[in-house]
Amino acid sequence: MDATLSDEDLAFREEIRAVFRDEFPEDIRRKREKGVPMGRGDLVRFQQWLHEHGWAGMNWPVEYGGTGWTPVQKHIFAIEMAEANAPPIVPFGLSMVGPVVYTFGNEEQQKRFLPDILASKVWWCQGYSEPGAGSDLASLKTRADLAGNHYVVNGTKTWTTLGQHADWIFILARTSTDVARRQEGISFLLVDMKTPGVTVNPIITIEGDHEVNEVHFEDVNVPVENLVGEEGKGWTYGKVLLQHERANIAAVAISKYRLRNLREQTTKPVRGATPLGEDRNFMRKVAAVEVDLRALEYTELRTLAAVQSGKAPGPESSILKVKGTEIQQAIDTLYLEAAGYYALPYVQEQYTLDSDPADWVGDVAETQTSLKYFNFRKASIYGGSNEIQKNIIAKHVLGL
Amino acid sequence: MDFSFNEIQSMLDDSVEKFIANDYDFETRQKYAASKRGYSPEVWQTFAELGWTSVPFSEDDGGFGGGPTDLMVLMLRFGKGLVVEPYLANIVLAGGVLRRAASAEQKERWLQPIIAGELQSALAYTEPQSRYDIADIRTTATADGDGWVLSGEKGVVFNGGNAELLIVAARISGAQDDEDGITLFAVPADSDGLDVRSYATVDGQQAAEISLDNVAVDGAGVIGEPGKGLAALDAAIDDATLAVCAEAVGIMQIMTDKTVEYSKNRMQFGVPIGSFQALQHRMVDMFTDCEQSYSLLLWATMLAAQDDADAKHAMHSIKYQVGTVGRKVGQEAVQIHGGMGVSWEVDIAHYFKRLTTIDQILGNADWHLDRLAG
Repeated sequence: MDATLSDEDLAFREEIRAVFRDEFPEDIRRKREKGVPMGRGDLVRFQQWLHEHGWAGMNWPVEYGGTGWTPVQKHIFAIEMAEANAPPIVPFGLSMVGPVVYTFGNEEQQKRFLPDILASKVWWCQGYSEPGAGSDLASLKTRADLAGNHYVVNGTKTWTTLGQHADWIFILARTSTDVARRQEGISFLLVDMKTPGVTVNPIITIEGDHEVNEVHFEDVNVPVENLVGEEGKGWTYGKVLLQHERANIAAVAISKYRLRNLREQTTKPVRGATPLGEDRNFMRKVAAVEVDLRALEYTELRTLAAVQSGKAPGPESSILKVKGTEIQQAIDTLYLEAAGYYALPYVQEQYTLDSDPADWVGDVAETQTSLKYFNFRKASIYGGSNEIQKNIIAKHVLGL
Repeated sequence: MDFSFNEIQSMLDDSVEKFIANDYDFETRQKYAASKRGYSPEVWQTFAELGWTSVPFSEDDGGFGGGPTDLMVLMLRFGKGLVVEPYLANIVLAGGVLRRAASAEQKERWLQPIIAGELQSALAYTEPQSRYDIADIRTTATADGDGWVLSGEKGVVFNGGNAELLIVAARISGAQDDEDGITLFAVPADSDGLDVRSYATVDGQQAAEISLDNVAVDGAGVIGEPGKGLAALDAAIDDATLAVCAEAVGIMQIMTDKTVEYSKNRMQFGVPIGSFQALQHRMVDMFTDCEQSYSLLLWATMLAAQDDADAKHAMHSIKYQVGTVGRKVGQEAVQIHGGMGVSWEVDIAHYFKRLTTIDQILGNADWHLDRLAG
C-alpha cells in the first residue's frame, strides 16, 4: 500500500501549480477573492484559458483533443485548480455532451461539434428534467416526431442550468411510445437554441439568483443529422454521460480547500471578538466533517488507483456522489454557522469588483455564506437525487 | 498510488481467512469464549506456528518484521472471525511495550516466549479512575535497595487473569497525571502481594482487576528508563488503537454483508424484507459507512509507519470514525435482524457486543474527536 505520488506525477503537479500561480487571469482571481459572481464572460474566458494550455478536455481521449491524463493526473489537476480558487468548469459541454458525441456520435458530428466544445466557443446546456419528470426521468413527455428529414420537438425542459447563456441544448426526447420498457424509445438530440419555437424563461432560485430556466419547445424543427447515435437509444447514452460525471463528482478538492480556509478563519478574531476556534462545540463539528472528508478523499483515491491499474472502479465509487454532496452541504452549514448574525444581510450590490469594503455590510464572504447554503441544497437533489443514488446502490451494489 | 496488499500481505490475509473458515466457525468461537480461560490455548499455538504472533516484531527480535499494514490485515480478519484469542493484549499491548523499551536480556526472557506462543502477558495500564488518560496513574513504585515496591490498583486489564507476566505502569514521581515519572515494570503473576480477580467481559473476552500490595520487583524487572515509561506506553496504545480500528472495520463489513444477506432471505408480508426501500436505504448507509471507514483505515495505517504528529492525527480520526459509525452500523444490523439480532445464539448479537466494546476502550469517539478539534 502506498499513497505517494510518483516522480512523474510530482513533476506534473509542479507544472500545473506553476501555471496557476503565474498565468491565471488576474481579474478572475480578484473577482473570486472578492466573491464577485462569475458572469458568462468570466466563465468562458477561464475555460478558453484552460484550452490555451491544452487542459480543457481533461477527461477526453487525445484523439479528440483531450489531455489523455491518467486518473491520478486528473485528480492532481482538480486539487491544483481548487487550490487556485479557480471557478468551476461549466460541465454541460466539456463533461457531458462532449463525451457523448465522441463516444456515440458519427464522424461528421464529431468534426462539427467537438472543436467548439473544447474551445468553449459554444455554450451548451442540458435538457433532461421536465416539470413531470424529475427523479422518474424515464417518464419524460417531450416528443420528437420524425417528419421527413427533421424531427418536430414539442415539450418543456426544466431546471436548465445557465440555459440563458446557452447556444445549444442537448435533450432527451421521446421518439417512440411503442416500447416494452419506458427507457426505450428515448432519443438524444442536439438542438440549436436559436431555432424558432425555443423559448427560455428564468426560474429564480431560493437565494434570489437566476441560475436555472424552463425551456419550452413548440414545433421546433431539428434536422435528423442532429440525432446522436441510434434513435431510441438515448437513455443508454445518457447513462454513460452520468458515468463520465463520476470523476470528481465528490468535489473532494474544493471541499478540502474550503474546510482548510474555514479552519484558518477560526483562528482569527472577527470584529474584535474571541476567535471562533475557542468555541469547542463548533470546532468539534469542524473536526467531524474533516474526518468524513478525509475518508471520502481516500475512497476517491481507491477508485482512482483501481482505474489507473486498468481495473473497473470498485463498489466504493458508487458512494462518491451521495457522500460528496453531504459533505459539501455540511461545510456550507459550518460556514453559515460561523457567520452568525452576518449571514443575514442581503445586499447584492456589494458583490462587485469595484465595491469599496468600507461600504460593505459585514464582510462579503460572511454575507454570502447564507446564499451559498441556500443555493447548495440543490447538490443532494440534482444529478439523480441522493435517494435515487441509494436506490441504485441498493440494486446494483447490494443486489437488493 | 496503490491500495492493494503486497504478496506477503495477501498470503497472510488468505491464511487467516482459511483458518477462520475451516477451524473457527461461530459455534467453535462460542465454545472457546465460554471456556475457563476464555480462549483456546491450542488455537494460540496454531497462531504461533503460523507466525501470526510474530507479525509486529522486528527480525532482530525474532519476529516477522511486519509493519502497520500487516497488523491491519490480521486484525481485519480477526474482526470478521470474532476471534477471542488475546492477540491485542499479549502481542500488541504487552508485546508492543516490550519491543520498544525492553533490553536485549529482557526480550530474550519475555518477548521470545511471547512470540513462540509460550507466554501469556498483559499490559496493566488502566486504573479504576483513569478512564482514557493513560498518564493518570496512582499506582506507586518506591525504590527499595536494587529493586522496587509497587502498590496500587489496575482495572479492566485485558487478559489479566491468564497472564503469567504483567507489565505494570507505576509512578515513581510526580502528580497523578504527570507525563514524567511513569515507569514500566515486568511483574510475574505469582508475585507476593499481587491479587488478580479475573472475569469475563460482555464481548466474550477476559479481563481482570488487579491490586498490588507492596509487590517487590527486582531491578531486572524495570523496562526502559525509570520515569520515562510514557513514550513506550503511548506508542503501544496507539498501535492497539489502530489494531482495534481494523478489527472494528472487519466487524462492520461482515455485519453489513450478513444483514444484506438476511434481508434477502427473511420473508414478511410475502416478500423479502430487503425489498423495502425503508430498509434498503439504511443498508446503503451501512455500506457507505463501511467503505468510508475502510478508506480512513488505509490512510491511518499508511501514516502509522511515520510515527509523527500526522500519524497521531490519523489515529484519532479513525478511532472517532469507527466509534461513531460503528455504533450506527451495529445498531442497524441488530434492528434489521429483528428478534434474531438480540438472540444469544445468533452471531450478529456477538459482533454487536464486540463492536460496542471497541468504542468503550482506548478512548471513545468523543474523546478522540476532542483531540481533533484542536
